[in-house]
Amino acid sequence: MTTMTEQATQVYSVFIRATPEQVWDAITKPEFTTRYFYGSELESTFEPGASYKQWAPEREKLWVEGEVVESDEPRRLTHTWRSLFDEDSSAEPPSRVTWEIEPQDGGVTKLTVVHDQLEASPKTAASVAGGWSYVLSGLKTLLETGKPLQG
Amino acid sequence: MKTDDDLVFRALADPTRRHLLDRLYERDGRTLTELESDLEMTRFGVMKHLRLLEEAGLVVTRRDGRQKLHYLNPVPIRLIHDRWIDKYRERQVSALADLKSELEETA
Repeated sequence: MTTMTEQATQVYSVFIRATPEQVWDAITKPEFTTRYFYGSELESTFEPGASYKQWAPEREKLWVEGEVVESDEPRRLTHTWRSLFDEDSSAEPPSRVTWEIEPQDGGVTKLTVVHDQLEASPKTAASVAGGWSYVLSGLKTLLETGKPLQG
Repeated sequence: MKTDDDLVFRALADPTRRHLLDRLYERDGRTLTELESDLEMTRFGVMKHLRLLEEAGLVVTRRDGRQKLHYLNPVPIRLIHDRWIDKYRERQVSALADLKSELEETA
């Protein structure tokens, strides 16, 4: 997949047939993240100031490290983001990820991910650009069908 | 219903709207004024196209002070890729594999 040019603010949005609580669980509980987020296991208490860690499968390596900035279950979660999955990205300053969860009519929830403060982190910006679409597509499929994406 | 693939296919079935997406792909977070600058079209016409892209979820707008910025949202295209394109690509590959084994058997 071609990556997008380095964008300092990236916005990704998806409509999911699920409740805001289900979406919140899917983005905060490791038993969900392992099934759509490149197999990664999430570790955080989600209290403001707490660490945010995303481990590679089997906890072989730490992929993402950050700190919880704001947490308002089940509406909004903000944390910082440092990509550790490649050397170039890990040398860059932390960026910021905000998850916005908005209930819509008809049992549908709108999930928006804003990845910003990437001005000084062009390598991270380029490396996450294709990834977020894959992650949100997988999250939607998992919540709507109970199964992860194939392949 | 905004989740409908129909809206995405309809939005993509127009060269001006694809051009607008390409402009946002090059640089995201643009104002209407920036987006209309290289189009030979009225402001109203560009707004209409952007509205259709927004209804399909391909463009998301965010406020930044007094400005309304337009962002490309690639997720609906990814969903179509995952649900449609991957599916038929797999079928095509297995059809070729069948043809190969059939030809090899008869040879």
